[in-house]
Parts: sequence; structure tokens; C-alpha cells
Amino acid sequence: MEKTFVDGLRDVFQSGRSRPLKYRKQQLRALLQLMTERQAEIEEALKQDLNRLTPIENDIKLAECEMAAWAAPQTVRKNFNSALDDVYIKPEPLGVVLIIGTWNYPWAMIFQPLIGAIAAGNAAVVKPSELSEHSAKLMKELLPLYLDKEMYKVVTGGVPETQELLKQRFDHIFYTGSSTVGKAVMEAAARHLTPVTLELGGKSPCFIDKNCDIAVACRRITWGKFANCGQTCIAPDYILCEPSIQDRIVEEIQKTLLEFYQMDPKSSPDYCRIINTRHFDRVLSLMNECTVALGGESDRSQCYIAPTVLRDVLPHFKIMQEEIFGPLLPVVTVNGLSEAIQFINARDKPLALYVFSSDKTVIKRMLTETSSGGVTVNDVLMHYTVDSLPFGGVGNSGMGRYHGKHTFDQLSHHRSCLIKSFALESLNDARYPPLTAARLSKAKFFLGHRLCLCDGVCVWAAVATLIALGLLAALVVVLKQTPA
Amino acid sequence: MECQKLVLERLRTAFRSGVTIPLNFRLTQLEALMLLFEDNENLILEALHEDLAKPKFETVLSEIDIVVNDLCYTISNLQTWMQPTNVGTNLATKLDDCFVRREPLGVVLIIGAWNYPLQLILAPLIGAIAAGNCAILKPSEVSKATEKLLAELIPKYLSQDCFAVLCGGAEETKLLLENRFDHIFYTGSQSVARCILQSAAVHLTPVTLELGGKSPCLIYGRLDMKSAAKRLVWAKFFNAGQSCVAPDYVLCPVETRDLLIPLIKEVLESFYGSDPQQSPDLGRIVTEKHWNYLTELLESSEGKVVIGGDSIKETRYFAPTVVVDVAETDALMKEEIFGPILPILTIKSLDEGIAFINKKEKPLAVYVFSDEPQIVTTVLNGTSSGGFCSNDGIVHMTLPGLPFGGVGASGMGNYHGRWGFETFSHKRGCMLRGWGLERVNVLRYPPYNESNLSWLRWATTAKKKSWAGCSVM
Repeated sequence: MEKTFVDGLRDVFQSGRSRPLKYRKQQLRALLQLMTERQAEIEEALKQDLNRLTPIENDIKLAECEMAAWAAPQTVRKNFNSALDDVYIKPEPLGVVLIIGTWNYPWAMIFQPLIGAIAAGNAAVVKPSELSEHSAKLMKELLPLYLDKEMYKVVTGGVPETQELLKQRFDHIFYTGSSTVGKAVMEAAARHLTPVTLELGGKSPCFIDKNCDIAVACRRITWGKFANCGQTCIAPDYILCEPSIQDRIVEEIQKTLLEFYQMDPKSSPDYCRIINTRHFDRVLSLMNECTVALGGESDRSQCYIAPTVLRDVLPHFKIMQEEIFGPLLPVVTVNGLSEAIQFINARDKPLALYVFSSDKTVIKRMLTETSSGGVTVNDVLMHYTVDSLPFGGVGNSGMGRYHGKHTFDQLSHHRSCLIKSFALESLNDARYPPLTAARLSKAKFFLGHRLCLCDGVCVWAAVATLIALGLLAALVVVLKQTPA
Repeated sequence: MECQKLVLERLRTAFRSGVTIPLNFRLTQLEALMLLFEDNENLILEALHEDLAKPKFETVLSEIDIVVNDLCYTISNLQTWMQPTNVGTNLATKLDDCFVRREPLGVVLIIGAWNYPLQLILAPLIGAIAAGNCAILKPSEVSKATEKLLAELIPKYLSQDCFAVLCGGAEETKLLLENRFDHIFYTGSQSVARCILQSAAVHLTPVTLELGGKSPCLIYGRLDMKSAAKRLVWAKFFNAGQSCVAPDYVLCPVETRDLLIPLIKEVLESFYGSDPQQSPDLGRIVTEKHWNYLTELLESSEGKVVIGGDSIKETRYFAPTVVVDVAETDALMKEEIFGPILPILTIKSLDEGIAFINKKEKPLAVYVFSDEPQIVTTVLNGTSSGGFCSNDGIVHMTLPGLPFGGVGASGMGNYHGRWGFETFSHKRGCMLRGWGLERVNVLRYPPYNESNLSWLRWATTAKKKSWAGCSVM
């Protein structure tokens, strides 16, 4: 049954309906309408699942405004032989895209890639996470009411349904979630030679240099760590710092927690819960060997874990072996920047890396000597909010990138086009057999690029300049000769 | 295999040391690669001749010059490409520095193919070096002479700590793929590509696959038949048809076909003489196995051979062959031919031709021969393929500004010129914030309230120049 489903969708795509920019803009506007008109219901579903809505209206508006520019053919430099031809790169839709969402930001993680898929002219199947079941149910209900229900489908369900879906052939799979499942998705995609974008995770380190405004650093880190109860793929996973500032860091985080969530975070409306008891148990067990500096309380009936800071955590502790994805913040002490860099490089490349320092050389070293999906310096999470920055992982934290135009590009095929005429066939003679030495030299000359090596310097610009100078010289001569 | 693991370890250690990062190192290696070509042109010509009986002309154009040109282009532009690119910000992040750094991935694996054994392994290597990686090259074992030459020359010219050649067949490659790489670049067939992708999935390694497919050549409408015949014949029989972007088959109206065939005959004679077997300008089939495959393919075809058809096993010679009356279900239409056999299928309309193309897997290239721009545009907009070229064949891949790669079954990812550099780089989004404006940050902190949320949403709305002119509901 599933096979007919995707094939049917591909037929709809091949009808060409999703190609005109007008259609794509219509669908994006419908999506915006969905978000605006049904905001209350969406927020209610989110509250029941987890937490609050991340605004994506900007992404929709950006795509709508910029789509024509993004979809326009991009001309490229030519060589001598192609001087009279049309040479350009044409972005084209891929076909049917599968978007698998995740439970921590159930609407954003589906809609952000979906916006790019629509803008690029694709059809799409959307598979929201079953763990955020209220959001999944609402999405299944609402999407067909607003979008072209033949072109964009919602499939709900759990692991078996996803596995069935992955047996089918898609033209691109966009997956957000864990590295373990990411591997399974890529393996399934391999059977059909389907390209994938994998937005995974990892342990995003946060280095606090002793030379920085520790109070401000801790405020920012506290915000980024405990928002959504730590269930953010780019949350600062753990802190690296010198032993001399550990106490101060704990103190400042404590102050900030009080300011944010007051005496009892459990009763604060602004503090969330763990998604379910399975994750609750998992996160809690990570505390086992650790020394609690702040928090540590929990209530399984509510899936509540207090904002917790753990001190003097050692590298071999369980909490340092997997992504925490919860409100536990371990502090690992290191003796200086070099050790911190070594520590980071000994582990899988993370999705994000954070460094807090007022010293430019520290920042420079961190940037140049480590690798990560993205970086924010002197804050956390914020690089995610700039849609002109490509967002994605590297190594174990993922492959591919999106946000803004990057999503459009990721879900398009960039087709190289050379439009020639039959003219100047005599130039081509040089490449035809019988292959004499004279012909070879001629062919090398015309196919060669040595005339025009730099992207920024064009033979034509040079020739034009020479002609202009020549004309100027001629003008000067003429003016000189003209009687006063 | 121990040997493989030691090599990999050596390259990883070198990469970790940071030696490949500075611009100077990368330029030195690229220049050394140029020198490799300059010093060894004769050896290269001999090796290619031994593997494929490749004429000097073809070797120079398609194995040497194309790579050297890419080297020049890359060397000239690398410093610019390496610069971080600044990006636009929203109001909330106006005072921040937002930029994208291009960073190397680590140790990459490049697996070559036998049809252009030098180009298809060294052109990707340019991108890998330019992007600051270490690389293992696995040349095709089918083109033995070139494989041997590469194994000998690469260590002489490039840093042995950072670049290595590992030789071997399917078994050795399988073992190699059990290791973790930071990127795998493969040129070859779809069936092997699936295995590679599956091995890559185990380590979450990104891949570039340069595959193939049946690249159709649609000939329709008003056109300069003589020039079309010349360009078609050149593109098809270059390297004895063993090019991933060779026009695989022709689709045209029956009248066009009848005018085309005598012209093709004429062109073939002008290219290779009346007895192509005697011409030094026609390549040979790479192996007896592949020659057998082509011979059997032709035998099982139900079409009619109108040109060529003869072949000689001992010399792996296969005449430039044209077959007509080929049905859609014919043996010649099942897989990529990859040889000097050109089926011509007839169509009654352009729509029929486009529908025919779209029924098949997305090819690496779509070709259209027509003097009518509307026809070219219709085919371009109505099909999908890695690349597209009108009124010629193959040459679109010689332009360094154009990305070269497939889509769907013809591959994923691309390279050439700057695209190679980007393929082997990680684009890292970076934001540098200051310590000031903590008052603005207050808007985002709990306790949350509606008024803060409105301000925040307003401040994070992207303000673009085109906003004024764009109609938002």
C-alpha cells in the first residue's frame, strides 16, 4: 500500500503543478495562514506535548519574497570557446521529499524543511514524531485543510510506519533526530541512491575562559541550557573550564536560575518537562556517579527534573559518553585552552561549539583548531537564528545544511546548462580527428582556461578596458587637434 | 588489512597536526601536481595507450589538459575561496559578526574509474587538497597501467604523510570501506555505489557519487544537420564511447534519422578513414570482458545495424556502430551502453521524446540538437538530468564554472573548480557576539511575558532590501 502512495505522489509531482513560482507562493501563504489562524490550537497541542512554539513566520515570508531570486538561473564564467554560449546553473526540484521530524520542536523541525521543499518546487511527505503525539495529530488534521493535499501528505505513526515509509523511493530524505536512527535512515536511502540531509546531535561543548565576563556568560548559558528543559540539539551539553573558576560559575548559574524560575522551578510556568518517562529515566540515570552542585530533584509522575549542575565531572563518567538532552549541566575542568581543545577533538564532531572569552586569540584558536557544525562565541544557540548562516552538522553530528536559502538549495538540483548554437563550427574543427599536432595546439588554446584564471578578472573586462583607453587616447588627440 | 590501517593512521595523524591547513601547503601540493603532469607527459601518454589505446590527442585533452586547467584555476582562486564569507543579519544580531568558514573534513577517500583513469581520480583530488584534507586514492584496477603509474608518481610529488595511493580490486576496496573516512568520492556504477553508500552509512560519512545512466540525445526541428552529425559523432565515439556523458542513444523523427545516417557515415569516414581499425585516432575497449559485454549486447539487439557492427577480440577493437529500428524494450535500451554503439529511436513528436526520457532514470546528461530555441527550452524544462547541453556533447563538463554531477540514479553531489573545493569542505556557520547589549538579551529570558515576545519577534524579523517590493499578505 505504501508503495502506491509514494508513486502516486510522484505522479502528482510529474504533472508539473508544483513548478510555477505562483503555485509555490500560494502554498507558502497557505502555510502562513495555518500558523496564524490555528496558533491557539497549535500552542495547546504543544503544551500537551512539551512546551512552546518557535516562530517560523519569518522563514515563510523570506522564502516567499526571495523565491524568484533563488530559483533564477545563475550565470557562470565561460572560457574562450564558450564566449558566445549561454552558460548557467538552473535550480530544479528533486521530486518527492520525505521530511522526518522530531519531538523536541515538533512544528519547527517539520515546517522549516517543508518551507524549503515547497519553495524549491517539490512534493513532500511529512512524518512528525509520534512522541509529540498531540502535535502529530493536529498536523495531520490541519495540513490537508490548507495545503494542496495531493502534493503534500502527512504520515503519522511510530517506528514500524517509518520503516515501511523508508522502504519506498524518495528523491531526498530530510531527517532530524539521533545519530543511531540517522544511520538507519541513510542505509535505507542507500538502496535507492537517495541523497539525505541528516540533522543529528552530539555533545556540544561550552568552553568558559577565565578571561571573560563570567556573570553574563553564565546567564546566557543558563538560558540556552534549560530552555525546553535541555531538550535542544544545540543546547550547551557540558562546560569546560579551569578549576579556578568552577565555583564562580556554579554561583552565577544559581543566581540566574533563581531569577529565571524563582525558588521552585517545578511551579514556574516557564520551565518544561521531559518528553516521557523513558527519557526521564535515561536522563536521571546519567546523574549516578556525579556530584550535584545545584538542583538534582526530580518527580517521575510529572517527568520533572530540576535544573541541575554537576561539578568535577570526569571524562569517563556515563554522562560524558552520550548526548544528555536534558537539564543536567556537567562541569568538566581542564588546565587551559590547549587541554580544552584536545578534549573536544578527542570526541565526535559536535553540532555546535560554544566559547566564552574576551581574548581574541582564545577565540581564534578555538575556531581554527576544532570542528563543529556551527559556532556561537560569547552566547549560545544564536547562530541558529540567523537564516543566512547554513545550519547543519559535520561528521557524527550530521550532513547537509539548511535554513533560509540553504534549505532551498539543499532540496534542489543545480543543473549545469550549456546552450550552444551551431555557429562557429570551424572552431570545433580543432577537436575532430584526424588528430594532427596543429589541431591539438588549436584545441588546447580554445578549450584552455589560462587566459582567464581568476573569478574576478575577465578577459572581456581587460579587452574592454584596453578599448576604452584607446578611445580615450584618440579623444585626447582629437581634442588637441581641434582649433580653440 | 594492516597495510591499509597503517596508511590511514598516518594520514589521520598528519591531518590532526594541522599541516594541511595553511594556504601555502595546499598551493605547494597543487603546484607539485602540476609538475607531475609537466614532467611525465610521455609516461602518461604511454600508460593511457596501454590501457585504452587512447590516442595522444584524447589523452592530452581529456586526461592532462582538463586537469591542469582545473589546477591553474584552483591555484589562482584558492586564497579567495578560503576566505570566510560574511552574511546578512537581522536586527537582533546586527552588531554581531556572522560568517561562514570553509573547513577541511579530514581524511577523504577518492575511488577512480577506468575510462578516464587519470582525470577521474586527480580532478577530485584537486578539490580535496584545495579544501585542506588528506586523501587516499584508490585508482581503478581495470586500467592497470595508469594504476601503476599513479602508485609510482603520487608519492614522488605529493606529501607522503598526507596523500597515499592504495591499489587493489573489489575485495581490497570492500575492506578499505570498513574504515571511517570523512568523505568518500566515488566515480563508477550504480550497483557499486549502493554498496559504498551503505558502508558510508555505518560511519555517517557523506559521499559524492558520480555515476552514469543513459544520456539521451534528442534531435528535433530545424537544425544544421552537418554540424549536428559532426558534434554527435565526436561526442559519441570519443574514447570509443566509454564516457559517462557520451550521448547514449538518439531520439528523432524518422525523416531526421534518414538524413542523419548518411551524414554520420560521412563524418565517421572523415574522422577515422574508410577503415576505422587502421585509424590511430579511435580508442579501444578497455578489457576483453567489456568487449564481450558489448558484443553480446549487439547480438541480442533486435535492431538493424546500418553502420559498423564489426569487431576484433584480439585487439579489443569495436567499430563505430549505428543501429536503427530499436524498440524501447530492446537489449540496447536496458542499461548504459558505455561503448561505440549508437541506437537511433524514432519519435513522432517532441512530447513523445520528452515522455520517453522521463520514463527512464534521470541521466547524467540530456542533449538536444535543434536550431529552434523553443524546442531547446521545452526539453530543458520538461526533463531532469545532471547537466544539459544543446547542440553539442560532453563539452559542458569542461567549463570550471559549472558544477559537474548527477541527480537521482546518475549520482549525488558535484565537483570541478570551486565546486570541488566546496564538496570537500565543511561550511561552518559562525556567530561572534560581544558582551554588550545584555539588556536586549533580557527580552529572551524567563520569566517570559507576551510583550517581550512581541519585541523579540519584531527584532528577529529579517529585513531585506527586496522587502519593500514584495507582496506579503
